[in-house]
Amino acid sequence: MEALVQLRGLAKHYGEGTTRVDALRGLDLDIHAGQVVGLLGPSGSGKSTLLNLVGAIVEPSAGWMRLDDEVVYDGKWTRRDLRRLRLEKIGFIFQFHNLIPFLSVSENVEVVLDLVGQGRPQAQARARELLDYLEVGEHADRRPSQLSGGQAQRVAIARALANRPRIILADEPTAALDSERAGIVMDLLRKVAVEQSAAVIVVTHDEKIFDRFDAMHVLRDGRLTA
Amino acid sequence: MNLALRDIRHRLGRFVLTCVGLALLLGVVLSMIGIYRGIVADALQLVRLADADLWVVEGGTQGPFAESSRIPKDTRETVARLQGVAEAGVLTFQTAEASHGPRKIRLYVVGYEIGRLGGPAQLLAGRAIARSHYEMVVDVRSGIPLGARVRLGAKDFTVVGLTQGRVDSGGNPVAYLTLKDAQELQFELEAAAARNQAARGLEANLNQVNAVVARLHPGVAAESVAATVRRWKHLGAVTQQEQENLLVSSVVDRARKQIGMFTATLLLVSAVVIALIIYTMTMDKMREIATLKLIGAPDRTIVGLIVQQSLALGGIGFALGAALIFLGADFFPRRVILLPGDAAALGAVVIAVCLLASLMGVRYALKIDPAQALGG
Repeated sequence: MEALVQLRGLAKHYGEGTTRVDALRGLDLDIHAGQVVGLLGPSGSGKSTLLNLVGAIVEPSAGWMRLDDEVVYDGKWTRRDLRRLRLEKIGFIFQFHNLIPFLSVSENVEVVLDLVGQGRPQAQARARELLDYLEVGEHADRRPSQLSGGQAQRVAIARALANRPRIILADEPTAALDSERAGIVMDLLRKVAVEQSAAVIVVTHDEKIFDRFDAMHVLRDGRLTA
Repeated sequence: MNLALRDIRHRLGRFVLTCVGLALLLGVVLSMIGIYRGIVADALQLVRLADADLWVVEGGTQGPFAESSRIPKDTRETVARLQGVAEAGVLTFQTAEASHGPRKIRLYVVGYEIGRLGGPAQLLAGRAIARSHYEMVVDVRSGIPLGARVRLGAKDFTVVGLTQGRVDSGGNPVAYLTLKDAQELQFELEAAAARNQAARGLEANLNQVNAVVARLHPGVAAESVAATVRRWKHLGAVTQQEQENLLVSSVVDRARKQIGMFTATLLLVSAVVIALIIYTMTMDKMREIATLKLIGAPDRTIVGLIVQQSLALGGIGFALGAALIFLGADFFPRRVILLPGDAAALGAVVIAVCLLASLMGVRYALKIDPAQALGG
């Protein structure tokens, strides 16, 4: 079976000459649909750079990525193409959930659908469906500031799923949660990966969730070591 | 989904307070324009109150409003006999301080001959001056009631009539006296000064006026009659239109420049205030903007969020300010004339200022890296 995400020779450096820093050095990686993959590594190992590259936020210095059926970074991708890719195929989950404080819980999910031009009724229905699925539907009209950490993270997951993405990138999604809530979030990500046939990449330092991954990759000095 | 509106609703208190501050600032701008319009209107009204076609003044001068003008009173007969002149009257003008009870009131005194051109055309209350001495018609803005006794110079006058909206370019209410009373007020000296003058062989010349006004027969060109008068050398002549232009350009011009400078400064201050507020509001939303960019929001969504907030701020601030000034215009000590055209022009300027002021915030927002949404 072909991998959903393929990274080949992916490299990224910042600066030139004596100031050159190689953040990633020719990285190859395959991630399949339905997989939940952990990405570990010390600070400065290149985790954030890899997340930015897979998330179509920055472009690599060399190499390419295949996401679903599209080869990204083949030299023809514009900023607008990358933005569209993020909007249509990638879902992001953050350490501090990053919900937009001036939108209600439901609107935080709807905003993604609004950006792709879906009508308000369809967006509302989809948001309601996702919030119910993640068991926070009763808080739909509340503000993010009125939610607990765990509830807010579920809403963030709902937002990440709104466009039925093929890949979900989670940056330390359990760092601010206790063991029980961290377990619930990981269960949810697993459920999403399986039911929606998506790949989930989790960058984490959180040892309490190390046993929740199908595969764990360790980055050190810009290279995968395991 | 309108993000700008939702953000405003989220920070409503702060937004409303900012709008109120801006409203006061824009209200001051609008009142400045209104005050300027008021000065022009008052000045033109003064020159129009004689209802004349031609002003005959001292030779080499530009008339009683721009500079001092004294001509013999009998010039009126000379002017009245000119071809094309239907009627003529003589006028004196001066500013004087009147006493009404304990109050001191500054009046712009106009002296005219009863039954001739130059007197008060329409009265709000009372009657026109009928006696040759000690009667006065005054504008209601003076606050002096009908029948009141007013001290002017060394004499007491009875208010027999009231006009409305008759003030000079300085906002002083106009008071009408008979020519004789006005001449005495202007040229007659106090007892001690009169004795001193008499000892020098001089005496007050009560045979002078400041201008002769003439109304022409229909179809007669004012300029041709003026040219005839100017040939006498010792007299000058100014048509009504020239007099109005002169008044606006010489008397009101400095006020116009002053108010124009003040208005421009206030608009600049408004622009800086809007720019700073929008920039601060954008900085406050840095993480939200980064998140929106990360999830795929196009630049136009981000620009729309900032520009719409800037326009809302300016629009609401302007509407509040305009409402405040329209409602409070009558409470100003000077006449404030608010024209819809001026308000519309200022509104357009405010929109332009808002668009300009939002550029700094837009530039900041567009430079925000979506990667800033990731991590702590």
